[in-house]
Amino acid sequence: MHFPFLSIIVFTPLVAALIILLYKPEQKKAIRITALSAAVFALAMSLWVYFTYDKVAVGYQFIEKYNWMPALGISLHFGVDGMSAPLVLLTGVVMVTGVMISWGIDDRPREFFAFLFILASGVFGVFASLDLFMLFFFYEIAVFPMYLLISIWGWIKTREYAAMKLTLYLFIGSVVSMIGALVMYWTSGMHTFDMLVLETAKFTPTFQKIWFLPVFLGFAILGGIFPFHNWSPDGHVAAPTAVSMFHAGVLMKLGAFAALRVGIMLLPQGAIFWAPLIMGLALVNIVYGAFIASVQTDFKYVIGFSSVSHMGLVMMGFATLTPEGLTGAGVQMFSHGIMTALFFAAVGMVYDRAHTRQIPELGGMIKPLPLVGIGVIVGSLVSMGMPGFSGFIAEFPIFMGMWKTHALVAIIAAISIVVTASYVLLVVRRVFFGKMPEALEGHIAPIRNLDKIALVLLMTLMIGIGLFPALIVPWVQTGVQHILALLGGA
Amino acid sequence: MAFINQHLLTLILFFPVLAAAVVLCLPNRNLKAIRWTAFGLSMVPFLLTILLWVQFKAGQAGFQFQEQASWYAAIHSTFHVGVDGLSLTMVLLTTLLTPVALLASFNVTDRLKAYMFLFLLLETGMLGVFLSLDLLIFFVFWEIGLVPMYFLINQWGSEKGEREIWKGVKVQSRNYASLKFIIFTMGGSLGLLLAIQMLGVLFQNYDLPVLYQKWNSLTTGTLLGLPVETVKTVAFWAFVIAFAIKVPVWPFHTWLPDAHTEAPTAGSMILAGVLLKLGAYGFLRLVLPLYPVESARYAGWLAFLAVMAIIFGAFAAYGQKDFKRLVAYSSVNHMGFVLLGIAAAAKAAGTINATIALNGAVLQMFNHGLSAAGMFFLVGVIYERTHTRNLEDFGGLFPLVPIYGGILIFTSMASLGLPGLNGFVSEFLVVRGSWPILTLYTAIAMIGLLFTGAYVLKGVKNVLQGPMNEHWGEGEHKITEINMREIFVMAPLMTLILVIGVYPAWILDVINKAMMMLFH
Repeated sequence: MHFPFLSIIVFTPLVAALIILLYKPEQKKAIRITALSAAVFALAMSLWVYFTYDKVAVGYQFIEKYNWMPALGISLHFGVDGMSAPLVLLTGVVMVTGVMISWGIDDRPREFFAFLFILASGVFGVFASLDLFMLFFFYEIAVFPMYLLISIWGWIKTREYAAMKLTLYLFIGSVVSMIGALVMYWTSGMHTFDMLVLETAKFTPTFQKIWFLPVFLGFAILGGIFPFHNWSPDGHVAAPTAVSMFHAGVLMKLGAFAALRVGIMLLPQGAIFWAPLIMGLALVNIVYGAFIASVQTDFKYVIGFSSVSHMGLVMMGFATLTPEGLTGAGVQMFSHGIMTALFFAAVGMVYDRAHTRQIPELGGMIKPLPLVGIGVIVGSLVSMGMPGFSGFIAEFPIFMGMWKTHALVAIIAAISIVVTASYVLLVVRRVFFGKMPEALEGHIAPIRNLDKIALVLLMTLMIGIGLFPALIVPWVQTGVQHILALLGGA
Repeated sequence: MAFINQHLLTLILFFPVLAAAVVLCLPNRNLKAIRWTAFGLSMVPFLLTILLWVQFKAGQAGFQFQEQASWYAAIHSTFHVGVDGLSLTMVLLTTLLTPVALLASFNVTDRLKAYMFLFLLLETGMLGVFLSLDLLIFFVFWEIGLVPMYFLINQWGSEKGEREIWKGVKVQSRNYASLKFIIFTMGGSLGLLLAIQMLGVLFQNYDLPVLYQKWNSLTTGTLLGLPVETVKTVAFWAFVIAFAIKVPVWPFHTWLPDAHTEAPTAGSMILAGVLLKLGAYGFLRLVLPLYPVESARYAGWLAFLAVMAIIFGAFAAYGQKDFKRLVAYSSVNHMGFVLLGIAAAAKAAGTINATIALNGAVLQMFNHGLSAAGMFFLVGVIYERTHTRNLEDFGGLFPLVPIYGGILIFTSMASLGLPGLNGFVSEFLVVRGSWPILTLYTAIAMIGLLFTGAYVLKGVKNVLQGPMNEHWGEGEHKITEINMREIFVMAPLMTLILVIGVYPAWILDVINKAMMMLFH
C-alpha cells in the first residue's frame, strides 16, 4: 500500500473543520490561520498528485480501497484518472484562494470556515470516489453546507429564497440520480457499488436507454443544464464571495463530473442514444445563457448567467462523445472553474467597497483597484474564448467535436462567442473605466495582499494553460481514452 | 551567433513580449525611462529583421528559417513559423513601424507604462500572423492582436466626441469605436474560426504546407452530407469575409473611420500601417493558395468590391471635414488597389500579368503602410498643437510652419501617387497587371485614382494654402513648428518613400521571386 494521498486530501478539510470548531469564536486570527494552512496543505497534496500522475499509464491511479460495509458491497474506494486529477487540483486552488479572499469575514468566521471546509471535503470526495455509494455520500455532504452558508452569510435580500431554491433543486436532482444508481446496483447482480466493477456490468441496451436520462440529468442539474439551470444564478448572487467561488468554480463541475462518471461511463449505450438531446439542451445553455447574461444589470448576475453558458460547453463536449469534445470538456471544467472563481472574487471585492453591484452605479474602479481590474480583464478574455488564454484551449476542441457530430450545432453555438465578447467588454468598461460616480469617490480602499496573491495565482493559471496547453491536456487525454474505450466497447 | 540564426524568427516574434515585461518592471513615475526603454528595446526586433533580410535567400523556394515545436498535440497543432518573401516584407514593415510609432508616442503621459506594454504586445500579435505556418497559431495571433488595440483606442483615444447610438442614448465616441472595432473583427472571424475547425477535423492537421496540398487535392465527393464544391464555396466566403473586414473592403469598412479617428496617433499609425495589412496578407497566404478554384470563380466579385472601395473610399474621403477621417477613408481607397491586384491574380493565376498585379499589391501593402502611418502622424502633430482636426479651422498655415508644410506635402504626394515616390510604383504595377485581366474594373479604378488626387489636394489646401487663419498666427494660439523628435519620426518613413519611388528593385526583387514561386 502506497502513501494514502487521496484520503489525506479528502479528509484534510474535514479535520480542519473540526479543529476550527474547537477554537473559541473570538480567536478569529487563529481560526483564519488554521484554515489557510489546511487549505495550502490540501493544495500541496493535490499538486503532488497532479504532477506525479502517470500520463502514460491509462486508468485510475493512487488507488486506495478500504472496506466500509462489505455486506452491501460498499467500500471507501479512491482513485483519480485524467479527468478527475485536474478537478482535484482545481478544488485545491479554489479552496486556497477562497480562504484568502474570505480573510475579512467578521461575522462568525469559525462556523463559516467550518462549513466551507466540510463542503470542500465533500467536493474532493466526489472527484476521488470510485464507489458509487461514496460518491453520493460526498455529493450530499457537498450540497448541504451550501444551504447554511448562503442562508446565514449570503446577500440579505435574497438569501433565504436562493438557499431554499438551490437546495431543493439539487436534492431533487440527486434523489433522481440515486434511484438510477440503486437500480443499477440491483440489476447488475454484482452486489457492489464499485464503479470499476459496474463499468463491466454490461447492462442491456434497453436498460441503459431508460436509465441514462434520469441519472445524467439528475446530476446535470448541478452542472446547470437547461432547463434546470435557474437555481444557479440566484444561488451565485445570494452566496457570499468565497461560497460563490466554490459554487460556480467547483460545485457546478461536481454536477458535470458526476453526470459523466455515473451517467456516461456506466451507461454508455444510453449516452450514445440520448446524446442528440443533451446536445440540444447544451446548445440552449450556450446561446441562451450568453444572451441572458448580456442583458443583466447586476454584475454578479452577469457572471452567474455566463456560467450557465460556459457549463453548456462542458455538457456539449460530453454529448459529442468524441475525443476532441471530451478533452475540451475536461479542460473547460478546469478553465471555467478558475475563471469564475476569479470573477466572483473580483465582484466580491468591488461589492465590499462600493456596496452596490449595479453596473450603472459603478465606474472607474481600475484606479483604486488596478489588480482587480486586470484580473477581470483576463477573466473576460478567457470567457470570450480569446486565443492565448485557457478558454480557447478548452472551447476549440469542443467545437471540433461538434463539427464531427453535427456541423450545424457548431455554427449556431459560435454565435455565443460574439455575444459573450460584447457583454464582457461592456461590463469591464462600465465597471472599471470611465468616470467614478461621486458617491464612491474616496471610499474605495485598496485590496489586501492576500487578495492580490489569490488574484495573481488564478490569472497565472489561465494564461499558463492558454500558452502551454501541455500543462493540462495530456492528463485529460488519458481520462478521455478510458471513456472512449467504454463507449466503443459497450 | 549560431543561436540567433537558428532561432531568428522566434526571437523577432517574442522579443517584444520580453520588452513589455521589462517595461512593466520600471517605476511608474519615471516616464523618461519607460519611453526610452520601450523605444530602445523595440529597435532590437528591427535590427534582427535586417539581419533576417540580409540572410534571406530570395531565389529559394519554400519557407526559410523554419522552426517547429509542439504546442497543442491533442489536436495536432504545432508552433510552426517560417518566412518567405511575402511575410518577410510584412515583418520588415511591422518591426520598422513599431519603433516609429513608439517614438511618436513620446508625448503620451497618461498611464504610459500600460500604454507601452500594450503596444509591445500588439507587435508580437501582428508579427505572429505574418510568421505562423500553422493555421491554428495563425488564428491565435490574429485574434490576440485585437485586445491591445481595443484598449489603446478605448483608453488612450480622443476624449472628445459623443455618438448617439439609440434614440438619444449617447456614448463616448472612443468607446463606441473600440467596441465596434473588436466586435466587427471578432464577428467577422467567426466564419474563419468555424472553417478552421472544419479543416482541422477533416485532416487532423493544421500545418499550412500540408493543408495546401491536402485541401486542394480534395475535389470530389461529399463532406458533411454536402458536395465538396458547396462546402468549399461556403468556406471560401467565410475566409474572405474575415479578411475583407480587416482590409477593409467596402461594404465591411464602416468600423475603420471610427476606429482610426478615435485611436491615439500612434494607434492609428499602426492600425493603418500594419493591422490592415493582416487582412490582405490573409488573402495572399490563405485564400489564394487554399481556394484557387473558388478564387478564380469569384474574382469578378472581389474586383467589384475592390473597385467600390476605391471609388467610394475616394468620394467619402473628399467629403470629410475632419482631417483624420479624411486620411482614414483614404486607407479604404488605397487598400482597394491591393484587393484589385489580388482579384486579378486570382482570375488569371500563373500568368505574367497576374504576377505583375501581385507584385503591385504586395508593394502597395508596404507603401501604404509607410504613407498612411506618416499621414496619421502628421494629423496628430497638428492636432496636438491646435486641438482641432476640423479642416475648416485651418487654412494658410504654410508660412507659419514651413517645415511641417513641406513634410505634409511630400507625404501627401506619396499618397496621391506622384511618380518618383513609392505609391506610384505599386499602383502602376497593380493597374498594369490587372488591365489585361479585368479591363473594365481597372478602367473604373483609374477614375477613382483621379478622385484620390482630389481629396489629397483638398486636405493639403485646407490646411496649408489659402488665406491664413489669423487665430493660429499669434498670441496664445500661435502654432509651433514641428519639433526634432517629430522629424525623426518622419525621417525613416520619408526616406523609404523616396527610395522605393526611385529604386524599387531592392524590395520588388524579394516580392517578385516570392510571388513567382507561390503562384506558379
